[in-house]
Amino acid sequence: MRYTFLMTIRESVDVALLDLAPGEAATIDHISLPPADEHFLMRIGLVPGAQVRFSRRAPLGDPSVYSVDGTEIALRAETARHIMVQRDTVQQDVVAPLGDLS
Amino acid sequence: MTSILTKGCCDTPSGPVIAIAERTPSASGREIRTVALIGPPNSGKSTLFNRLTRLRQKVGNYPGVTVEQRVGLLAGADHPIQIIDLPGVYSLTPYSDDERVAVNVLTGKMDGMPCPDAVLLVLDVTHLSRHLVLAAPVIALGLPTLVLLNMADVFAKGGGSLDVVKLAAELGAPVAMVSATQETGLDAVDRFLHQDHNPQPSALPPVLQDLRQCRKWAGQVGDRVNYQQHLPSKWSRRLDDIFLHKIWGPLIFILVVGAVFQTVFGLGQPMSNAFQDLLTRLGQQAALFIPDGILRSLVLNGLWKGVSSVLVFLPQILLLFFFIGLLEDSGYLARAALIADRTMRGVGLNGKAFIPLLSAYACAVPAIMATRTIENKRDRIATILIAPFMTCSARLPIYTLLIAAFIPERPVVGVFLGTRAFAMLSLYVLGFLAAIVTARLLKSSVLKSAAVPFVLEMPAYRWPTWQSIGLRLFDRGRVFLRQAGTIILAVSLLVWVLTNLPLHNGGVPPLEQSVIAHLGHGIEPVIRPLGFNWKIGVGLLTSVIAREVIVGTLGTIYGTDPATHAMTLQNALRQDLTLAGAMALLVFFAFAMQCTSTLAIVRRETNSWKWPVVQFVYMTIVAYSAAFAVNQVLSRLLK
Repeated sequence: MRYTFLMTIRESVDVALLDLAPGEAATIDHISLPPADEHFLMRIGLVPGAQVRFSRRAPLGDPSVYSVDGTEIALRAETARHIMVQRDTVQQDVVAPLGDLS
Repeated sequence: MTSILTKGCCDTPSGPVIAIAERTPSASGREIRTVALIGPPNSGKSTLFNRLTRLRQKVGNYPGVTVEQRVGLLAGADHPIQIIDLPGVYSLTPYSDDERVAVNVLTGKMDGMPCPDAVLLVLDVTHLSRHLVLAAPVIALGLPTLVLLNMADVFAKGGGSLDVVKLAAELGAPVAMVSATQETGLDAVDRFLHQDHNPQPSALPPVLQDLRQCRKWAGQVGDRVNYQQHLPSKWSRRLDDIFLHKIWGPLIFILVVGAVFQTVFGLGQPMSNAFQDLLTRLGQQAALFIPDGILRSLVLNGLWKGVSSVLVFLPQILLLFFFIGLLEDSGYLARAALIADRTMRGVGLNGKAFIPLLSAYACAVPAIMATRTIENKRDRIATILIAPFMTCSARLPIYTLLIAAFIPERPVVGVFLGTRAFAMLSLYVLGFLAAIVTARLLKSSVLKSAAVPFVLEMPAYRWPTWQSIGLRLFDRGRVFLRQAGTIILAVSLLVWVLTNLPLHNGGVPPLEQSVIAHLGHGIEPVIRPLGFNWKIGVGLLTSVIAREVIVGTLGTIYGTDPATHAMTLQNALRQDLTLAGAMALLVFFAFAMQCTSTLAIVRRETNSWKWPVVQFVYMTIVAYSAAFAVNQVLSRLLK
């Protein structure tokens, strides 16, 4: 008889908002900017715990538009680089064969 | 909140849903006299303010900061109720001038402002969880508060829903669904303001200063009131697919900008000219009723000339504001800023400065007023300071006069570009370069930003409404006439007095004997190195009213001079000015701040005399040095 383990690996590596691919969603983890800037971004909804999705790039490549709580907000790369997020979508089931145990 | 009443209903999806106590005759409670209107940016607060006051409002500035102060009277109230429109804020943490002003007004600590008796809190219901963050600290202030959930029509259309009664209970404050643009649900405001208000104990958690906690709380409240987010219309996404497309996006951008400019120049310039003719004729007609003499001259050449030199700009300014309003209300302005940001960053500004700077090619006044969309104060001031370098339409009369008089028409690039067109183009480029260099200079020195992150909110596309654009035109037109009008009137009266004193046999003196001619002679040593004589000096002095005034002044001077009175102005100038001097004069006008209206508007928008003075001195120095260099170099080369 073959047994398999079903494991769920949830990637929890922090990446920057800037590193998301178009259409990809993530959850804001923290903002590594000085308190005043952090506050400024939090006021417009970029709060840790909030869901963000990379909507699109501006035609000239920068800034990029992100969707937060149903609002589209454009940020420059220089800012998005400092907003750390956790990817939501990379949730995969791994089937690990463990061999015959009988 | 004992008798909660739900009115209006689900059968009319865009109709109002109100959870508010029935109006009770106010017997014991305090009468409301002052009410503060607060809400996040883009919550539709200003539209609501305009609707509630029906434009019975005063616009000013809060002392010491560049924050606009708007106070109005509620339309249709039993007794006068004052509405204070607070700046748009996301929270009450005093991180910015806007927030400090909001906190101070709400707590009655703002000088010259009464402490409000009640608060109208405007939130965009389509972004409820984000906007609720502001609700907690505002309601916690303990003032009677009515929560207005704006954009109810869009929300309902997109399938959004929430339990309003439950939300009112959660917040401990009455809640009304409204639409400022459709004017639905606004009767709730009236009922709220005529009710008894007893201080209500707040049921809110004490997490007000911590945004993280506040946001969490907002999310939980959203869940408890069964908040169903509306689905953003597919149109917005589809339109963005086109307007922000890699190739179509920039192409459409250029087309839109080109079309706006074509219209402003193609339509605005003839409109201004026709208006000018009309005003002149009106003045002359009216003057017939006044006996000929000093009084008629005062009315016609002093007062009326001043008034009409302000009025003449009105068609162009209104036309520009019409287009800016169209772009802003439709949502395209934000997309344009997004496309332009990459380029504008090169000079240390952001994308939001693009449309204002472009408007400055028509007139600096609307351009400076349009910088209000730039939240970053330093970027805004930098944009205001460089805007007058753009070649505005008031420079064109003197440009065309001098170019026609001094530059012979020869082909430069085949039949496409002649010397004259080339000269005109060079002047445009010159102004643009001066603006860029100045922006760089400012942004790397006095106005070095504390690197506030650039953030641009992309509103959903909407059809602009005539009312909203009409209100804006009325408002901006009024500000321009009031601010620029008073100062220009004063300056043109002064110029008239200087031109008409000392009296000559009880009448107007010949121009060369007037005080202004003496002043012209007085500054001659200073402007001689630029290649200008005293006559040009007088032209420069009178053109502080507005740049195009110099053409009229020179016409008068050469027209009264027996040596030149038979010649056209072009010929007279050719007699009197060297080629080098003429080129220097062109360059001087490209850089100099010869515009009282702009100075008046800069003072108003920056709320201090510091910036207009800095701007005037800086631009005059640049203009003088450049004209000096041009005259010295050219006169040596041409020898």
